[in-house]
Amino acid sequence: MSTVVRAAPVVVSGRPVPLIEKEVLGGLRAAFGAKLLDGKVLRPGHLAVTIDRDDLIPVCTYLQKTIGFEHLSCITAVDWKDRFDCTYHIENYYNGCMVQVTAHIPYDDPKIKSLTGLWNAANYHEREAWDLMGIEFEGHPNLERILLPQDFKFHPLRKDFAQEVDRQYITRRKLRGGK
Amino acid sequence: MPEFWINMGPQHPMTHGLWNMKVKVDGETITDAKPEIGYLHRGYEKIMEVREFQKNVVLTDRLCYVSSITWSHAYCLAVEKMMGIETPERGQWIRVISLELQRIASHLMWLASYGPDLGLLTGLLWCLRERELFLDLIQLMSGARMNQNYPRVGGVRNDLPENFEAMCKRSIEHFLEKLENEYPKIFHESKVFRMRTEGVGTLSAVDAINWGVTGPNLRACGVNVDLRRLDPYETYEEIDFEPQIWQDGGVGDSYARFVVRFNELRESCNIIRQALEKMPKTGPYRVKPPRRAEGEGYAKTEDSRGEALFYVIGDGDDRPYRVKIRSPVFCTMAATPILLRGNKLADVVSILGSVDVCVGEMDK
Amino acid sequence: MSAPLIPNLFAVCKVLVAAIIGIVQSIIYALSGPIPPLRGLGDWLGLDAVITVVTYLIVVTIVVLWVTVLNLFTVMWVERKLYSRLQDRYGIMISIWSLPFWPFNRVHRPTHKGLGYLQNLADGVKLIQKENITPRNADSAMFHISPVLIASSTLMVFAVLPWSSGFYVANLDLGILFILAAFSLAPLGILIAGYAANNKYTLVGGFRAAAMLLSYSIPMVLAVIALVVFTGTLDPVKIVQQQDRPLVAFGTTLPLPAWYVFGPQFLGFLIFSVAMIAEMERVPFDIPEAEAELVEGWTTEYSGMRFGIVFAFKWLRMLAACALISILYLGGWSGPVFATLSVGGIPVPIVPEEIWFLLRIYFLAAFFVVLSWSVPRVRIDQILNIGWKRLIPYSLLAILVAAGFRVLG
Repeated sequence: MSTVVRAAPVVVSGRPVPLIEKEVLGGLRAAFGAKLLDGKVLRPGHLAVTIDRDDLIPVCTYLQKTIGFEHLSCITAVDWKDRFDCTYHIENYYNGCMVQVTAHIPYDDPKIKSLTGLWNAANYHEREAWDLMGIEFEGHPNLERILLPQDFKFHPLRKDFAQEVDRQYITRRKLRGGK
Repeated sequence: MPEFWINMGPQHPMTHGLWNMKVKVDGETITDAKPEIGYLHRGYEKIMEVREFQKNVVLTDRLCYVSSITWSHAYCLAVEKMMGIETPERGQWIRVISLELQRIASHLMWLASYGPDLGLLTGLLWCLRERELFLDLIQLMSGARMNQNYPRVGGVRNDLPENFEAMCKRSIEHFLEKLENEYPKIFHESKVFRMRTEGVGTLSAVDAINWGVTGPNLRACGVNVDLRRLDPYETYEEIDFEPQIWQDGGVGDSYARFVVRFNELRESCNIIRQALEKMPKTGPYRVKPPRRAEGEGYAKTEDSRGEALFYVIGDGDDRPYRVKIRSPVFCTMAATPILLRGNKLADVVSILGSVDVCVGEMDK
Repeated sequence: MSAPLIPNLFAVCKVLVAAIIGIVQSIIYALSGPIPPLRGLGDWLGLDAVITVVTYLIVVTIVVLWVTVLNLFTVMWVERKLYSRLQDRYGIMISIWSLPFWPFNRVHRPTHKGLGYLQNLADGVKLIQKENITPRNADSAMFHISPVLIASSTLMVFAVLPWSSGFYVANLDLGILFILAAFSLAPLGILIAGYAANNKYTLVGGFRAAAMLLSYSIPMVLAVIALVVFTGTLDPVKIVQQQDRPLVAFGTTLPLPAWYVFGPQFLGFLIFSVAMIAEMERVPFDIPEAEAELVEGWTTEYSGMRFGIVFAFKWLRMLAACALISILYLGGWSGPVFATLSVGGIPVPIVPEEIWFLLRIYFLAAFFVVLSWSVPRVRIDQILNIGWKRLIPYSLLAILVAAGFRVLG
């Protein structure tokens, strides 16, 4: 497994490298071993890894600094009703490989470390996750609401915030006892 | 004179959409910038959990209303990855054609709004006139000019009509001739245009990648990343095209972004021509997806503005459990303080226009 | 070589006014039979002083109407039609065919018939019936006086601008100086307007306008100085007379007229034109009312007919600028030899001077319109850069060149 050293300005081949996902998965397994709760190849060029929330910074630092995954594409917060999930999609421009890192977060303590130290792209995504889901990112420089008004009180994307169809107006037919 | 904050927007003819840009000026020079977004937040990710998979295409169309097919296609691709189904070949080629047509229409709309930003009102009308050609093609293909509801999970909604190929070739020929002869006269060869856009709003490649900028904005910084090449989806592997990267001096300024998008117009025409030739003439264009699905899947596509990523999680129901929309303009908005710092107040229009903001996808 | 249609507006009007007053006098004398005090009134009306005053009033009215009704509508029509054809669309379309009172127009009104000449009148009527809003906390006196200032200073230009060798209100010896001075009064009005409206955007627009207009007045005047080295006079009629002969260059007579643009004044012509584009606030120099950035700039807070006045006088300034350029450099109203017949020693015009002048003005106007609508606007610091660092050295060079050619003969 070659360690790709980042140099600026960026020179990138622009084509996907075949079988790179097996190499990356092997590298991650070698570096972190038992801390990976689950690691699998999704399709050529894409792999998924599951970790616990404390291992987030070491794994991401390894991905960014050692293997050269320089693009943080997306941060997703998912509300399974017994835990939260924070999924990071990180991409490598050199070989077209994308890693999906899922970090489990306990439900009653929705905190996780922020990735703004590594990628500035995490800034707005983490603000959105805080805004809509309520997961707090420790170390974020400016964690406040971004899409909703500043004085909004709820975190709407959680499953205990009712869907709009459940909060809709009651038709007269329903009021009269119909369907 | 002390520094003070100026509000550009939310009501402003320049901002192309509803968002607010606070800039801190010291005389005429900008020292800081703070975008305020969320005026158009519609709660997409929550709504999409209530609608069935196929019906969400109506919603994803309206995410970025200027370039709707690309967004619906990204969603359909993510759902197909989750379900594990694959579109038949003719359906993939039709998808490629529709995507490139939509990309041309979106870039022409951007150019039509960029000209008046700088004072070139003729650019508005010429670009809209050319865009009519492609909207007519899209209408022929899908039945509507905007918010077409055309891609489906498993293919496209209907096959191409019979006169599509002839009309497409004719429109592209006419458009390419205009692109070579008329457009450079008011854009590239106009000294005033170059004075306004060169050297303005520079973004280095390292900064761009770190802040998550993708798409034409990244290619203007000299980085050779085009998702149609780097991580091919549909039938882009079989098409021979060149990702447009700006490599001369003045890397990363507004003029570079303009030229990259302008050249992409030509490349898209090239792609459509090749697709029309290489496409199988008959065949199925759609498969029926299963109604319920469980699992997770994500797909990233090269949208007109950058990298659009959809992450769909299903839990066995006939509607998604969670849909995450990654919008390229959302990430570029994070980089605007870096873009604007050090430039003059009069350049805000030029820079923010060249970054191509579409508020619908930014605010979801 | 060319003859005016109206040899001397004042004399023509005086004859007419004398005739009309004669008719009125005879009516009064007839009425003074039963009412004796009316005879004194009749005598008073026949006085030369009264006839002169009334003549002046009529002359001023004729010229003002000529300028603000005929020429303003025509130049507005030329601009709006030309730029919309440049943009591949029909353009303004309300004309006499669209009026509702024709009997054949009662049921179906044609939409795309006619030239569109009456659109500007329709827009003026629309603006008149709008509400005149004064922003709160605006400096009310200054806010209201600024359009008046701009309008009156522009009309002063037209008081002195001759339209042929006989069609003017007054012809001063220092005519060009007066015109340039009146032209340069408008920046004061613009600055006042920008300041008085209590709006951050208009303030920025007013500052930018003041900076740009003042800094482009300098090369404008310097170019005229370079010209005056040659002409020796500031009288517009005399300047045009000097250009009304064939060009003699290096001993040979060329088939060109002796317009100053064909001589060493070419540099001056270019500088003057560029400075005039800035003074007219046209794209590429229209940053003061850059609508993409400052939402109309210093005119933002004006509504209704005040906006109409400001807008219309922008076009009138364009007319004045085109007229000035053609008088100074393009030969004014001089026409070729064949346009005049000599009938018993009196030159009778086939194509009179006014027509030649109007042709030049509208040709220049069309050129400025096409230029405006095909280039983006220049940023304010780039404009000031061009003005101070490029135009002023070139205009000094033009003065040197002119002085050199004058010394050499």
